[in-house]
Amino acid sequence: MKNPSRRKFLQMVGVGGVALAAASVGGSAAANEGLKINNDNKAMLYDATRCVGCKACMTTCKRVNHDFGDLSYEQAAFDPDGLWDAPQDLSGDTRTLIKLYKESPTRWSYVKHSCMHCQKPSCVSVCPVGAMTRDPQSGIVAYDKNVCIGCRYCQIGCAFNIPRFQWNKALPQIVKCDMCKSTELPRTGTTGCAGVCPVDAIHFGRRGDLLAMARQRLAEKPEKYIQYIYGEHELGGLDHLYLAGLPFEKLGLPVVGDQAPAVFSEKIQHTIYKGFIAPVALYSSLCYVAIRNMKQGEEKKGTPASAEKKGEDA
Amino acid sequence: MSHHDDYQTHQAKILTPSFYVLLTLTTIGFALVALRFIKGLGAVTNMNDGYPWGIWITYDVATGTAIACGGYAMAILIYIRNHMQYHPMIRSAVLTSLFGYGLAGFSVMVDVGRPWNAYNFFIPAHWQANSAMFEVALCVMAYTTVLLIEFLPAILTTIEEGKWRRLNALLDWLEPVVKPDRDAVNSKLERVRLGAAWLRPKLNKVLIFVIVLGITLPTMHQSSLGSLVLIAATKVHPLWHTGFLPLLFLINCVYIGYSIAIIESVISSYAFKRPFEVKELAGLAKIIPFLTLIWLTVVIGDLAWRGQIGRALALDFYSGFFLLEFCLIAGGSLILFNSRKRESVRWLFLSAALITLGGALYRFNVYLIGFQPGKGWHYFPSLAELMITVGIVAFEILGYQVLVKVFPVLPKLHLNLHLPYGQGRHLPDAKGVKA
Repeated sequence: MKNPSRRKFLQMVGVGGVALAAASVGGSAAANEGLKINNDNKAMLYDATRCVGCKACMTTCKRVNHDFGDLSYEQAAFDPDGLWDAPQDLSGDTRTLIKLYKESPTRWSYVKHSCMHCQKPSCVSVCPVGAMTRDPQSGIVAYDKNVCIGCRYCQIGCAFNIPRFQWNKALPQIVKCDMCKSTELPRTGTTGCAGVCPVDAIHFGRRGDLLAMARQRLAEKPEKYIQYIYGEHELGGLDHLYLAGLPFEKLGLPVVGDQAPAVFSEKIQHTIYKGFIAPVALYSSLCYVAIRNMKQGEEKKGTPASAEKKGEDA
Repeated sequence: MSHHDDYQTHQAKILTPSFYVLLTLTTIGFALVALRFIKGLGAVTNMNDGYPWGIWITYDVATGTAIACGGYAMAILIYIRNHMQYHPMIRSAVLTSLFGYGLAGFSVMVDVGRPWNAYNFFIPAHWQANSAMFEVALCVMAYTTVLLIEFLPAILTTIEEGKWRRLNALLDWLEPVVKPDRDAVNSKLERVRLGAAWLRPKLNKVLIFVIVLGITLPTMHQSSLGSLVLIAATKVHPLWHTGFLPLLFLINCVYIGYSIAIIESVISSYAFKRPFEVKELAGLAKIIPFLTLIWLTVVIGDLAWRGQIGRALALDFYSGFFLLEFCLIAGGSLILFNSRKRESVRWLFLSAALITLGGALYRFNVYLIGFQPGKGWHYFPSLAELMITVGIVAFEILGYQVLVKVFPVLPKLHLNLHLPYGQGRHLPDAKGVKA
């Protein structure tokens, strides 16, 4: 009994070692991309003071993307042009939305809702199978329905409630903006919404350039703007930047702080599972204790009538 | 190492009235599951883009697996802390854990939108080590397998010693119609029996390694269930969002595990008209208040450190739920600190129920009640959604009820007769035991 169990124990340690090696390889592959804000990313600047609320961005977004990601069946049969589609909120078939915030007849503002393309996105951090990805060059956060299991953890993680789920579909998927990465961007070099905007309220470009542009606008017409660029530092930097004349919180852009939640959660998860050492150590030491206990029990037993005796000893 | 003589099959009718009630609930639940797969999640549930996780994840997965931690908590006590006297209780704990975890996995498959892609969990290229859910999913799958292996000896013993009464009755019933070949059937059965007899001692030799794995895995994924909501830093109410979530979830599942072991034992004794295992239960109950004390200390210390004590006492909606959770756990623990009350079945049951409720409420608070995705979002489970959860719970109880009558799961009665408080009492009688 002694030898086989020791051999088994060593085998188990060996298995643990293999697991450890595998985990450390996986760990380096999924290493953090560094938390310095990258200003070379592709980005969009939305200026709420310029927006006239024409919603051309919304219709264009649907038109150019509707064949991509199986959204085409969302079109009603009587509405081939999408003229009567008037979504109230982002949803399983709407990635871009213009909303109106109205405080009084003179104080109001439009606001665009779509993916913020975080530089340290929570959705990418939490997706268990890597269906959400962030391209390190462009910074575009994209979704792959062929990998997604539909667990909706990305929705839990997103501070802006951007990823939307197709609740009414038997074969649902997540829907969110991917900066037209497979449709308009390779064709025209800009996103659908930015390309169509008649008043340049949505501007597509390099993040650093857009920040300079935003600062220039803030300086030129300080009375028009809240002196703040939303997204410059939020959650460790967003690639979708905002300028507005009314407080951002009222427009539905929450106060979220500069810390990316993904940094916090990953730090805890990685501390616990660093190199898979803790679980292997736990397993090995528990094995040692359990086997020692078992052997002691067997030595104590001795007599065949031990089963009855145990009850009394207890 | 093999303690298979510690257990016995409960001799009773399987088709009882409660069997039919539970079967009805299970059928309704599974019919609604079918509807969900045909018409989509929105047709059955009230979940929405603000509350993408509803009662299924909160109850069936996050809370259900904690309630299914009886097997985990008992295994720690028996094999690690070396209290072999509790060994007769392990098999029923493992069986309930098996149901709890197996059906949590089933609930997840009902809940996820694209279950056909779930194979990606097994493709290393898609592994995502940053995701707490990846860790939880793999661990839960592995642990369910481990529980199945831990339960295997009960099945093998039954096959080895089986008289195939039910099968023979079926053959008798078929006799006039199809004339089954009795000799062929018997020789096949003999081969199955020999197979079981061959496997059982081999399994017994390596079982301890599986059992220890069954202690390691819950330690990992129960803490990760806490890590799951760490990411929702802007959504989970500050009363519950803390870096200590993994630790709190881990301790929480252990004291729920011991409490549920007490509750299950008391209910089993009552329902199956067996004597109460008061001495074992009192021993278990002694451990609980120390765990809850540590847990409550971490909760309070963390709130104080983050400067959130004021919110806890604000007496608003969230503070109400926080205080309720706190009082249930603290109240139950106070009862258990009293050694006289620990030896009364009634007090044991009451305090274990309070602690289980409080511990479960904690998980509800973290996953649902304290979850605020923003203005304008509301969630309360729909009737169909609740009925699916009820159906799954009914199936758990149903399965337990049937399997204890088929396999040797419950502790052997002669062991209990040595206990001072169960002495000579074959029928449960709370008053008598209290004295």
